[in-house]
Amino acid sequence: MERPLLEVAGLRTWFDTYRGPLVAADRVSFELRRGETLALVGESGCGKSVTATSIMRLVRRPGLITHGQVFFRGEDLLRLPERAMRRLRGRRMAMVFQDPLSTLNPAFTVGSQITESLRVHGVARGRAARDQAAELLAAMGLPSPRERLRSYPHELSGGMRQRVMIAIAVSCSPELIIADEPTTALDVTLQAQIMELLASIRTKRGLSMILITHDLGLVSRFCDRAAVMYAGRIVEYATVPELLARPLHPYTEGLLKCIPRLGRPDIPVTPIEGAVPDLASPPPACRFAPRCPYVMARCEEREPPDYRLAGGRLARCYLREGESEDALWPPEEGT
Amino acid sequence: MAQSLADNRPDEGRADARLGTMRLLVGNRVALASGVLILVFLAMGLFAPWLAPHDPNQQHPDAIRAAPAWQSGGNSTFLLGTDGLGRDLLSRIIYGARVSIALGVAVVLLTMVVGSGLGLLAGYFGGWLDGVLSRVVDSLLAFPFLVLALAVMAATGPDLAALVLALAFKGWVDFYRVSRGDALAARQADYVMAARGLGASTPHLLLCEILPNIVPPIIVLAALRMATIIIAEASLSFLGIGVPPSIPAWGTMVADGRADIATAWWIATFPGLAILLLVLSVNLLGEGLRDALDPRMSL
Amino acid sequence: MWFRFLSRRLLQLIPVLIGVSFIVFFTMRLTPGDPIEHMLGQAGRVTPQQVDELRSYYGLDRPLAVQYWMFLRHAAGGDFGMSYSHHGRPVSEVVLERVPATVELTLFAFLLALGFAIPAGILAALRPQGIYDRTTTLGALLGISLPGFWLGIVLMILFGLRLHWLPISGRIALGLAPETITGLDSLDALLTGNMPAFWSALQHLLLPGLVLAAPMAAMVMRMLRSSMIGVLQQDYVQFARAKGLPETVVVGKHALRNAVGPTINVVALQTGLLLSGNMIIETVFQYPGLGKLAVDGIGAADYPLVQAVVLIYAVSYVGLNLAADILQTALDPKLRTGGSYGAVAGR
Repeated sequence: MERPLLEVAGLRTWFDTYRGPLVAADRVSFELRRGETLALVGESGCGKSVTATSIMRLVRRPGLITHGQVFFRGEDLLRLPERAMRRLRGRRMAMVFQDPLSTLNPAFTVGSQITESLRVHGVARGRAARDQAAELLAAMGLPSPRERLRSYPHELSGGMRQRVMIAIAVSCSPELIIADEPTTALDVTLQAQIMELLASIRTKRGLSMILITHDLGLVSRFCDRAAVMYAGRIVEYATVPELLARPLHPYTEGLLKCIPRLGRPDIPVTPIEGAVPDLASPPPACRFAPRCPYVMARCEEREPPDYRLAGGRLARCYLREGESEDALWPPEEGT
Repeated sequence: MAQSLADNRPDEGRADARLGTMRLLVGNRVALASGVLILVFLAMGLFAPWLAPHDPNQQHPDAIRAAPAWQSGGNSTFLLGTDGLGRDLLSRIIYGARVSIALGVAVVLLTMVVGSGLGLLAGYFGGWLDGVLSRVVDSLLAFPFLVLALAVMAATGPDLAALVLALAFKGWVDFYRVSRGDALAARQADYVMAARGLGASTPHLLLCEILPNIVPPIIVLAALRMATIIIAEASLSFLGIGVPPSIPAWGTMVADGRADIATAWWIATFPGLAILLLVLSVNLLGEGLRDALDPRMSL
Repeated sequence: MWFRFLSRRLLQLIPVLIGVSFIVFFTMRLTPGDPIEHMLGQAGRVTPQQVDELRSYYGLDRPLAVQYWMFLRHAAGGDFGMSYSHHGRPVSEVVLERVPATVELTLFAFLLALGFAIPAGILAALRPQGIYDRTTTLGALLGISLPGFWLGIVLMILFGLRLHWLPISGRIALGLAPETITGLDSLDALLTGNMPAFWSALQHLLLPGLVLAAPMAAMVMRMLRSSMIGVLQQDYVQFARAKGLPETVVVGKHALRNAVGPTINVVALQTGLLLSGNMIIETVFQYPGLGKLAVDGIGAADYPLVQAVVLIYAVSYVGLNLAADILQTALDPKLRTGGSYGAVAGR
């Protein structure tokens, strides 16, 4: 089988805060195959954005990547010199951010921000770059693309801005796109439009995608696989249909139970008890234990391993011990 | 890739809002040091007659331009040396603190009260008062501060009362703008609406509700302005149009010593050093106050 | 669109300028004592008749309001009357003579200040609380705490008298003055290839320029630093990195562009303060410019002269603020299209 496009292994990213250092992404591992769309699901603060930023090596003080490997097309990104990394960013891997109003530079026109990417990565310059930028905007569904080139971000609507951001992301024909909550800042109708746009680009250009979201609805419609994150760790990893049909981790189960179902008023909506742990002083073993309806004594003594199950599924919960053939224990705490 | 985090310091850790202002101020060693320095100067000003070894205006004809004690030709009677008229430099510097501090405090108080008062009224009531004052403020703003003070002093000559007025002439504008802005914002604020709803009268509103809230930035501004005023007074005195020459003032002393810089450098140097130290500590205190009271003004 | 904006701004200036002239005129008229007596102080014996003649010649016997009106009218035409202390020469002539020297000094200090403050501010912002940052912050604090006149004297002692590296007065060494093209000696010397004159002019500019520039450099540096720190935390800076741009472009183009807005205000304010600092520094260094002219004029009670110089300073200051305003609007697209009126950097 072909090697996956992206392999993340044991990624660990620390953050130094005024409450002390904390691990924002703890031994995160997953893979992404070519043409696949992976969802990183979880609540705010669970570490999904940090994971994305770490993959692109955009983590800065006070954050620091301390362990792990990130193989992209066979190369470990974490060990690349910065200059080589810069050539990849925007060119082979691109990111779409959450809030286009704050992510697009307010002092420059939209057009110049697109052509800048094209120019820096040697794709096109001058007039050719402007033409390509206009074509991109047209492909993103923006009316009067030529005029739009000269617009400033604050002159455009939220939906248009997000399209511009996506245009910038695909401008240099990357192989991987990481979309960090691309529709969270938009209203529902726009959400659908933007997701459709992303889906069509994905198919047309054969892109692989990582979609970061807390919206399970989006996950079910657009993603092939999903990694569920909680408190900095991946607790479950499966294909989307399997995940939705039969969640193997109590947290995933809880998430699904939170979603109201149209036309089924009889099914209760149950929130998950408790609150997300403070990562500066997390629960000692399984991080979900304080909120877990199935908690056992051992859950608070030692963190469960990743139980490998049929079909490449992973679940980090002692409940799955009996079903699995294989358990991946984390390496002993060193640093 | 495993590195120690020892070199990763927390990014300008946000101060926990619950920390008392005092604790923060005291915790900041630099602000503390500057506070001590200011107290020293204050003491100098207050207890000058007891601290100064000599009468500041007394001339010693046999010790003209005497060098400071640690240089050859100096002696311990005149620790910092004497000036062109044989007056003890140390005593003059000690007495000079009075003028600088008194003037600084007087001008700052005056501008603070007038400026904040007018600003409070203009911000809260608006209307014609606001309009008229805005015009005046705009015109005043057109002048660099010192130029205006200079023009006034040029007209009147070295005079203490005129000096206070000249320095205050433009200074109130800063307080005006700050308090006006805050009063304007306060006018719409919830706590004001609530107080009005409870039947509070306007003077009560202004004095007891709004004023306490605009005080912190005003205090910070006052501290920082003090430094500017002290330097301005010294500059004007240096030019001969500040403090009357009979009163020992640091600026005048530097001017006096200017002619002798080739041979008796200390006459001009030490008074200026005093100015520097006082202004530096006032600035530090102001910055410390600002960090503690009003971080949004942070520069 | 530009025209409308500009003309609106200029119209707003008129009441300000009137207020300025008002303040200048009446401040000077506050003088106790008789300007005529000052003028005639050295002349020895004069008859009351001569005094009256002079008085009416200078229009000092008319009511104050009329005098103000005369003042305005003449000032608008560039006529500021006769200088008391320069043997009755027209004030405008005397003033014009000294303008180039002050312009040169101010320009020099301006360039010095910015040349230091901009790189320093950027570098300090890149590593907040680092060694470099703390050192420059301390330096900036010193810069605004040092009394200019004193610093000038200390530097004079150090570099002029002890080390003999630099001259301590004047504008250029005697006999080296280059031919006048712009009136700025250093520039003229460069333009005519007159290197000895150039070096001499530069040497004379260095100390006063440094002292003049110090507070401005300090304030601009602090403002830029603070602005940059805010901007560097913005999402669009991270996005620029995500696009694969080199860090120099990220900081120098994407971040800086947004950080200059509020800094321009400070630059304008400080440049205006260069004008008042001029008066003191030129006096300390005996630099033959407008500032020294004004201070000497004060000593000689030459009110028309002082009036004129103060007016010039005020008008220049107004012009400076206008220029800063225009520049800021040009740089911030939001202000231009009438969008939300606020600084672009991190708010």
